[in-house]
Amino acid sequence: MVRGEFLTMLGPSGSGKTTCLMMLAGFEAATHGEILLNGRPINNVPPHKRGIGMVFQNYALFPHMTVAENLAFPLQVRRMGRAEAEEKVKRALSMVRLDSFGNRRPAQLSGGQQQRVAVARSLVFEPDLVLMDEPLGALDKNLREEMQFEIKHIHESLGVSVVYVTHDQSEALTMSNRIAVFDDGIIQQLASPPTLYERPENAFVAAFIGENNKLTGRITHVNGQSCTVDLDSGGTVQALAVNIGGIGERTTLSLRPERVLINPPADKYPNAFEAKVEELIYLGDHIRTRINFAGNDQFVVKVPNAQGHVVINEGGAVRVGWAMEDCRALDA
Amino acid sequence: MRAADGTPLKVSIARAMRRNRLLALGLIAPLFFFILFSFIVPIVDMSLRSIDNSVVPGVLPNTTAALRDWDGEGLPPEATFAALAADINAGRESREIGKVATRLNYEVSGMRGTIMGTARKIARIEEGPYKEALIEANKDWGETETWLLLKRLSDPYTFGYYLNAVDMRFDSVGNVVAQPEFRQIYVNLFIRTLWMSLLITGLTILLGYPIAHLMATLPLRYSNLLMILVLLPFWTSLLVRTTAWIVMLQSEGVINSLMVWIGLIANDARPQLVHNKIGTIIAMTHILLPFMVLPLYSVMKTIPPSYMRAARSLGANQLTAFVRVYMPQTMAGVGAGCILVFILAIGYYITPELVGGTSGTLISNLIAYHMQQSLNWSLAAALGVILLGTVAALYFIYNRIVGIDNMKLG
Amino acid sequence: MKNTLRYTTVGLAGVVAMAFGASAQAVDLNVVSWGGAYTASQLKAYHQPYMKANSDVKLNSLDYSGGLAEVRAQSEAGNVTWDLVDVVVADAIRGCDEGLFMEVDHDALLLPAPDGTPPTEDFLEGTLSDCFIPQIIYSFAFAYRTDAFKGEQPKTMADVFDLKKFPGKRTLQRSPVNNLEWALIADGVSVDDVYDVLDTPEGIERAFAKLGTIKSEVIWWTEGAVPAQLLADGEVVFGNGYNGRLFSAIEEEKQPLAMIWDGQVLDIDGWSIPAEGKNKEEVLEFVKFATDTQRLADQAKYISYGPARESSLPLVSKHAELGIDMEPHMPTKYADQGFLTNFQWWADNRDELNERFEAWLQQ
Repeated sequence: MVRGEFLTMLGPSGSGKTTCLMMLAGFEAATHGEILLNGRPINNVPPHKRGIGMVFQNYALFPHMTVAENLAFPLQVRRMGRAEAEEKVKRALSMVRLDSFGNRRPAQLSGGQQQRVAVARSLVFEPDLVLMDEPLGALDKNLREEMQFEIKHIHESLGVSVVYVTHDQSEALTMSNRIAVFDDGIIQQLASPPTLYERPENAFVAAFIGENNKLTGRITHVNGQSCTVDLDSGGTVQALAVNIGGIGERTTLSLRPERVLINPPADKYPNAFEAKVEELIYLGDHIRTRINFAGNDQFVVKVPNAQGHVVINEGGAVRVGWAMEDCRALDA
Repeated sequence: MRAADGTPLKVSIARAMRRNRLLALGLIAPLFFFILFSFIVPIVDMSLRSIDNSVVPGVLPNTTAALRDWDGEGLPPEATFAALAADINAGRESREIGKVATRLNYEVSGMRGTIMGTARKIARIEEGPYKEALIEANKDWGETETWLLLKRLSDPYTFGYYLNAVDMRFDSVGNVVAQPEFRQIYVNLFIRTLWMSLLITGLTILLGYPIAHLMATLPLRYSNLLMILVLLPFWTSLLVRTTAWIVMLQSEGVINSLMVWIGLIANDARPQLVHNKIGTIIAMTHILLPFMVLPLYSVMKTIPPSYMRAARSLGANQLTAFVRVYMPQTMAGVGAGCILVFILAIGYYITPELVGGTSGTLISNLIAYHMQQSLNWSLAAALGVILLGTVAALYFIYNRIVGIDNMKLG
Repeated sequence: MKNTLRYTTVGLAGVVAMAFGASAQAVDLNVVSWGGAYTASQLKAYHQPYMKANSDVKLNSLDYSGGLAEVRAQSEAGNVTWDLVDVVVADAIRGCDEGLFMEVDHDALLLPAPDGTPPTEDFLEGTLSDCFIPQIIYSFAFAYRTDAFKGEQPKTMADVFDLKKFPGKRTLQRSPVNNLEWALIADGVSVDDVYDVLDTPEGIERAFAKLGTIKSEVIWWTEGAVPAQLLADGEVVFGNGYNGRLFSAIEEEKQPLAMIWDGQVLDIDGWSIPAEGKNKEEVLEFVKFATDTQRLADQAKYISYGPARESSLPLVSKHAELGIDMEPHMPTKYADQGFLTNFQWWADNRDELNERFEAWLQQ
């Protein structure tokens, strides 16, 4: 991890991301492997000596202390002088725009305010690294989006490294420099948001990040970057060979709905099929179209609501097609 | 505005509200009456009894009336003797004279004999002069002190029992003086009761806090087991538990024998662990422990482990985190437990009675003695009211310092 | 089916009988006593034979722990539910003074001895009082552990107070009553002079001083079952208690204990009838039966307390279950070694002395 980076651990619940965070913080012992901070192994350093800030899911603000006392706590246990501590608390409060709330108790604050105090508290002692464990999970949607930007902004202005845990992919995509996708305790892919979305390495990542059409089949031919796949539901597809075994092995094809074209120019795409429109859902900026293609009726196409877009009707027949590079052949 | 049936809306709403209120009153009525008759009435009765002095003016109405004008010098006039003779005779026939005898004997030993002896002879005294006849019947009637005592007890109310309850008394002319040293017991017992209750409360915190913490943090399977262990003594009869402690602690008992067997103490130097203070403290601490553990546990269970983690991530070591973050949050439970244990301890009776010996009995044991043995119910009531007042005062102080709203019983 | 029918018939007959029984004005009498082995002996000697002979009377046996508190409370509440109470004589006198118990004319109400001696002469001297019908003579006496001392064994009250010759813990009742008398006897006062000496301030000082010589070695008991238990556990080497309880420990439980009759304090236990009881006539009938010569002698078959009638003494036989001769276990046999407690003196002085005793204990 690079200094100053915003790294998100993303994954479904139970995928091991919180455990991983707890290992970083020192609350759980790593069974094997080494954890390095600034090049120094910290496996045997107790949590309070690691100098890692942490924001908890439920904020964990001490209810019996005022906001200012909460912020002063990490400074007091470090035996910082009173005046200096007060100064830092003041600065931290103004950073999260809660200057006049120092004497309140956490219970007297709204959820968003408590969240900001928790962030301020994790930063007030100037740690190298801050861990955040689903900090926005308890907030409603609008507040969550507002807080995402605020945290992002604080991160950028302080230059502190952040490890962030969430199960919300849009939150991860919005905030992170890099995202580690977790499943079953293993990092499936560690990459920047665009890479993760555009070039998923395996079927789990493809399915977990964004919407995705999944087609299964068997590889019949490999030709350098491209391969030919016979779909289980019938039909043959040209796909980009990303993460496949040899000929005859099974594969999962991943195809983003927005990369599928309706009525593509003839001969321009190697993949073009006749399909039947099953359902149209009008979503404003685009029309979500579910079509039946080669016996697979869960195939989704996003038709942008652009100037002069194609007019399609429910129950009607339509041609669909896509580029070979947009259809990624992944593990089975 | 009018409701559907044409009555004004206000009236209609008021009617509906009244119905609800009556229903609510009806629902709480059984509890109200139960508390009234099982709690409030007895307490009022007790406090009245502690100042009640109606026996002497009630049974000896003529004498007390006659004594009102007596100056307290020498002996009262013949008319007063005549009144006394008439009163004792009437009291003997109504068989109430014994109550006066008992009442006077609380004040001066031997007065029972004086009254009853006179009552036995009174039938023979048919005519005056009564003065000589009564002094003949019992020479105490020739003493000014006897008459001063009667005069002093002429009021239907007295604070004498309260004085007795704090080792003081009225002397013969009505001054408040200390009891003779060999009769001073109550103040010491009050003090002992208070400090032993405090000590027991402290011990239950010391023992209960780690248990409650363990119960709140262990996985459910183990914490349930611990909970059963804590509650098990709760489900056993108090007498059985107390007797079990006697078996454990007596000098030929389990603990002493074990210590001798290990070689910790010599066989002939077994310490006395029961029938004294130590016995009371050990047994009561054990018996009252659940009252500390349960409120502590219920508070601790609501404290998420993330607080401790947060404190540690912020740089506090285990101890600092515990003292500054965990403990303050458990104070509501500690307060509730303290109040429960202390108030229970201060009125405890059967355990100190059985294991307390002489140095480990509490004020309740004396109250029980006066209720059951000496039948001096007024003194028992005075002691009880003082005890109640002490608890109320401590509660008031607690409320001032900690605030009763911060208390969590579960 | 046949059986079911029969049971139903029998059951119905029972219900009908009960209904008729109730209509025949059966009386329930609440008889209150001390519980345990003592009540058991009364049930066998008095209650069961009486109910057999009088099917219209049902005797309910209730237990209490002594004292006048309940009787007084019932009287104050105006609802006396107890019909007959087994009391110690001190409480009987006090309850009589306060008007709680009814006065009885012994000769008019009780049965004479088989030879015609009227009750006032047949009951042992000094046992009768106005509201009290004596039943048994019991005693407070000491027992000691026979395995505690080598060589000479304790025999006298002076031995009980002698820590040098007979070291070890003692257990005494937590009360000034009896203990002060014993202290004086151990200090050399003769049994006959005890109350004369005690009636002076110096005498009381002397008694407390003597008691003080063993205070450090005393465990004070308040529950009657405790001394026998402490003796059996080896917690104490001397203990004073009700002779009946000590008898059980020695003869029934075969504990290594022996009695010291010297200085025993004789006390009387008997019946008193609450003055406001609702079934006085029926109660008096029962009392007449229960205090006749044979019944009093019968009770001694089950417990080692002496009958209060002269005429009963020769009838005391063997223990009903143990088969041992009860006569040597009757405190009345050793009456000359002890004395009868002075109820009047204690009634006058108990309140003050008890406070003094408690204060003395705390010092």
